Amino acid sequence: MTSILVYGGRVIDPSSGLDDRLDVLIVDGRIAEVGADVSSPHGARRVAASGLIVSPGFVDLHTHLREPGQEHKETIESGGRAAARGGFTTICAMPNTEPAMDTAAIIDGILQRAEDADCRVLPIGAVSKGRKGQELTELDALRAAGAVAVSDDGDAVADNSLARQAFEYLSDIGIPLAEHCEDPAIAQGGVMHDGAVSARLGLRGQPAAAELSIVQRDIALAEASGAQFHACHISTEPSLHAIADARARGLHVTAEVTPHHLWLTHDVVAGSSEDLRYDTNAKVNPPLRTEADVQACIDALAAGVVDAVATDHAPHATVDKQCEFDAAAFGISGLESAWGVVNSLVEAGRLSLADAIERLTIGPVRAWNLDQGELRGLGTLQVGAPADLTLLSTDAATRVEPESWASMGKNTPLAGHTLTGVVALTISQGRFVWDGREQ
Amino acid sequence: MVTEPVANAEASPSPPDSNERTDAGARTPLVEPVTDWRHRHLLDVDVLSEAEIMRILSTADAMAEVLQRNVARTPALRGVTIFNLFYEASTRTRSSFELAGKILGADVINVSGSGSSVEKGESLVETLNTLSAVGADAVVMRHHASGAPWLAARTIDGHIVNAGDGQHAHPTQALLDAYVLIKEFGDLSGRKVVIVGDILHSRVARSNLWSLTTLGAEVTLVAPRPLLPSALSNRASEREHPLALPAVQIESDLDRAIVGADAVMALRIQNERLRGRLLPSSAEYARRYQLTTERIAEASSEAIVMHPGPMNEGVEIAVNVAHSPQSRIEAQVSAGLAVRMAILFLLIRGGA
Repeated sequence: MTSILVYGGRVIDPSSGLDDRLDVLIVDGRIAEVGADVSSPHGARRVAASGLIVSPGFVDLHTHLREPGQEHKETIESGGRAAARGGFTTICAMPNTEPAMDTAAIIDGILQRAEDADCRVLPIGAVSKGRKGQELTELDALRAAGAVAVSDDGDAVADNSLARQAFEYLSDIGIPLAEHCEDPAIAQGGVMHDGAVSARLGLRGQPAAAELSIVQRDIALAEASGAQFHACHISTEPSLHAIADARARGLHVTAEVTPHHLWLTHDVVAGSSEDLRYDTNAKVNPPLRTEADVQACIDALAAGVVDAVATDHAPHATVDKQCEFDAAAFGISGLESAWGVVNSLVEAGRLSLADAIERLTIGPVRAWNLDQGELRGLGTLQVGAPADLTLLSTDAATRVEPESWASMGKNTPLAGHTLTGVVALTISQGRFVWDGREQ
Repeated sequence: MVTEPVANAEASPSPPDSNERTDAGARTPLVEPVTDWRHRHLLDVDVLSEAEIMRILSTADAMAEVLQRNVARTPALRGVTIFNLFYEASTRTRSSFELAGKILGADVINVSGSGSSVEKGESLVETLNTLSAVGADAVVMRHHASGAPWLAARTIDGHIVNAGDGQHAHPTQALLDAYVLIKEFGDLSGRKVVIVGDILHSRVARSNLWSLTTLGAEVTLVAPRPLLPSALSNRASEREHPLALPAVQIESDLDRAIVGADAVMALRIQNERLRGRLLPSSAEYARRYQLTTERIAEASSEAIVMHPGPMNEGVEIAVNVAHSPQSRIEAQVSAGLAVRMAILFLLIRGGA
C-alpha cells in the first residue's frame, strides 16, 4: 500500500462545492479521505500544501500530441510531461496525426504508448477516413477501442452531407462530435482574423462568419439527430450567442474556449514592436480575434455557456514558425501556460476561482461524460476517485519562458508575458509527476 | 529620368540639408554622404514622417541631376554589394533597382526564385543567410508573402529594401508616386487623390494610403465591396482600431468620387479575378470602374492620371486615357529610377 497525505492546503472541489482548509489522503492511486486533520498512515509520504490551492487534476479536451508521424514536434512522452507541468492529469489527444487516428488499431497503439506517460491520455478518433472528409470511419469501433469523442480537428467536417450522416450515426453511439468550426468556403484560406489588422498587414483574413456558419449548421444537425455537438475552440461573439441559444433550448451542445482566445487579440500578429511584426507564433486556427470577441469568450466562460477551458496545445518545431507568415504552421503550444492565463483572469476579477477550476476539471468531464467505469469520480476529489491532484499558487507572478518548458513546442506569442499563478505540484494516478516548488 | 520641366519652382522638394544639394552643372561632389538618416531598412512608408518622405524626394532630385549628366555615374555606393532577390516577376521595379545600384557604383547581383536554390526547396531564411554569408550589404526583395521583408530584417544584418511584399506594401512605388504628384502640384495638402480598383489585393494602394495621407492629400478609395478590405467598410470599431489603415473616404461609385479630383490612380486588376467567382465579368468591371475620357472630364481640369503598371488597357483604364496628355504613367516609371537611387543611398550611406 502506498499512501500520500497532502495536508494544510485550501481544497477546492467544484464538483461538490467544497472550499476549505483540509487534508487529502491518497491510497493506492485513489482518493481515500478528504477531511480536517486526517492522520497519515505509517509510511505515508507527506506533502505540505499550506498557501496552495489543492484542486482535482486538470482535464484538457483538446491536445495535439503529434505522435505518430510528427515526433519532431512533440511525442506522447514529452506532451505528457508538458501536461504534468501545466497541472493536467488527463488529456484528450486529437487525431490529426500521421496517419490519422482513424482505426481501432491506431487508437489501441496510442493507448499502449501512453501507458508510461506522465498523464492519462484519452484518444479522440477521426470522423472521416484519413480526415479527408469523404467517408466515415468505423465510429463504433473507435468508441469501443477507447475514443472518447470523434473529430476531424484541424478541419471541419466541411461536407454537409457527411456531417449529417455523422451526427445521425453518432446519435445512438453516445460520443460527441467535436467540431473544428471553420467553413473553408468562407474562410478562403485566411491566415488570420479578417479585420483591421489583416487589412493593415495585407494578410488574407478569415471572417467570423466562417466559424458561425459551421456552428449554426451543427446546431441544426444536433437538433435533428439528437447527437451531441461539441464546439471546439470557439473564438467569436456571434458563435457564442448561437451556442447560448441552443443550450437554452435544451439541445445537447457543449463548448470549449482556449486560453489564448481568452487573453490575446489579433493585435499580437502585428507584434508589440516593429521587430515582431508578422509574429508567426500568433498564427493559430481559429485565429486570434477582436477585443470584443475576447470579452465575449470570458463572459461566456464565466456564465457557463462554455463548459471547459481546453488548451488546443499545438506544438511546432522552430522551422515550422521561422518562415513567412503565409507559410508558417497554425498553432500555439499551450499546456504550460494555461493556468497562468486562467488564473490571471481570476486575478483581474473576471472569473471566480471556483468557476475557473470548474472549467478545468469537472466542467470538461461532464461535457464529455468521461467519468465512466475506471474513471468514476474523474475531475473530482470524491472518495474513490482517481488520485489526480494539482497544487496551485494563485499569486506568484511568472514570466512565460518557453525555453524552459517540457513541451518540444516553444511556439507561443505569450513568451515574455507576465502571468499570475503557478502549478506547484502535480500528482497523476497517485504518482508525483511534477514538482515545481522551490523553482 | 525626370525630364519634364517643373511646373512651379516652389513645388520642387527643397532639400532640408544644404550638404545634399548638388548644384546643377557642378562636376563634384556627386553625392555627399549623410549621417542622419535613422532608418536602417525601408520596409514600408508607414514609419516615415512627412519630413522623411520629403528628404527622400529631395535626394531623388539630386539623383535626377546625376542622371542628366553625360556620363550618368557616381561612386556613392562604390564597394557596396546589393542583391536583388525577386520571388515574383517584375520588369519596372527590378530593372530600376538594378540600374539605380549600378549608377551609384554598387555591385548588383540579381537572384530570382527560378534558376536559384529556391527551386530546390531552399527556405527564405536559408537563402538570406547565404546572401549574408557572401557579403550582401543590402537586399532588395520582392516576395509573394506579406511580411517577408520583416522576416528578412530579423534574419540578417544587411539593409532590407521592400520591393513589394504580397498584398501588403510597395514603399518605393508609393514614394515614386509621391514624387510625381509633388512635381505636378507642389504641396499635396488638400489635393484630392482618387485610387480606384482592387484595393484588397493591392500593396500599391496600401503604401500609397500612408504616404499620401502623411503628405496631407485627401484620399478616396473606390472599389466594388469585394475588392475592399472588410475593415475599411465595416463597423466603426474596426476603423478606429489603433492599427487600422489611415481613415480615408470610401466610395463604390466612381462617377461620384471622381468629381473635382486632382489625381486619379487606377490599379491593376488581375484577369482571373474577373471570371465570375470574385466579380461578375471584365465588362461589368469596366462599365463601373474603367477610367474613361468621359469620367476624367469630371475631374479637375488639371487632373493627372496614374497607374503603377502593368496595365490592362481596356479594363481598368481606356487606351486613349492611358496615352493622353493627362497621363503621367511614363513619368512614374522614370521617377522610379531617381527615387530608388535616393533610397539605396540614404539607407546604405545614411548612418543607420
